[in-house]
Amino acid sequence: MHIPDGFIDVQTSAIFAGLAAAGVAASLKGARSQLDEKSAPLAGLTAVFIFAVQMLNFPVVAGTSGHLIGAALAAVLVGPWAATLALTVVLIMQAFLFADGGLTALGLSTFNMSIIAVWVGYAVFLLVKKILPRGKPSIVIAAAIGALLSVPAAALGFTLQYAMGATGTFSVSTVLSAMVGIHVLIGIGEALITGLTVSAVLASRSDLVYGWKDNKTELEIRRG
Amino acid sequence: MDKNKKFLAAGFLVSLFLAGVVSFYASSHPDGLEKVAEDIGFIETAKDHTYADGALADYGVKGIENERASVGVAGVIGVIGTAIVGGALFTFIARKPKKSLNK
Repeated sequence: MHIPDGFIDVQTSAIFAGLAAAGVAASLKGARSQLDEKSAPLAGLTAVFIFAVQMLNFPVVAGTSGHLIGAALAAVLVGPWAATLALTVVLIMQAFLFADGGLTALGLSTFNMSIIAVWVGYAVFLLVKKILPRGKPSIVIAAAIGALLSVPAAALGFTLQYAMGATGTFSVSTVLSAMVGIHVLIGIGEALITGLTVSAVLASRSDLVYGWKDNKTELEIRRG
Repeated sequence: MDKNKKFLAAGFLVSLFLAGVVSFYASSHPDGLEKVAEDIGFIETAKDHTYADGALADYGVKGIENERASVGVAGVIGVIGTAIVGGALFTFIARKPKKSLNK
């Protein structure tokens, strides 16, 4: 969902660049208090892995592909603050090195994928985790559902930007239904990749998974 | 090598493999947003990317004719670049002021 230059006018792009910058600044602060020497390299690895998997477009419906955003995945693995930063690093690399996502649209894309998708994905993850019984399978399911919904949430972000400052003249409701429809389908791929990855990391090094740590602490307290 | 370093190394190698080898098999169809823009018609409002002629534009290395090698090398460069930028950023963030005073 990397937005090219031109879709959205300069004023709207500037507004969202400001919002994205504020979100990134808040995330720098949040990540500073959360990350330590052990989790910082993991946050870097999360950015690297997301960059790699974002190259892997999978077919969705006839003539359309999608790829992982990785926002919910990152939030579950390293927490939402570091997730926003990891996604932002990926978007910056893609825009400046690979001409993927316009430079003036970088604030728009960052807002949708590094902020909306991260926080919607993480909020849904927490909610589902609360409802389900404690345990690793629940973490995997919660992460997958968070991932599933994070993608149409980002699509809604684009639709809002389109409504505010489209350079095209097509109706917002047409864009809304088309964007949400296709991105619910892409969200299924997002959910599968997120679920598989979270389950692989939980199986090998559950102590590194941010979204699993609360569970562990509480279990340890009970044992003690 | 302690187990944290082992995990990081394994994750890095998996990423290199995905971006360097598997990426060649990725679908080249337009993504969701591009497809919506094409179907509805606002794709025409898109401008060329500032770096459309860049050395790595569209995940291919300029000058490498072989498509498999071109996207693979671009992917490897991206993975290493992201590791450097992301690694530097997160290491800097995680540095606690106390620690630097003690040094």
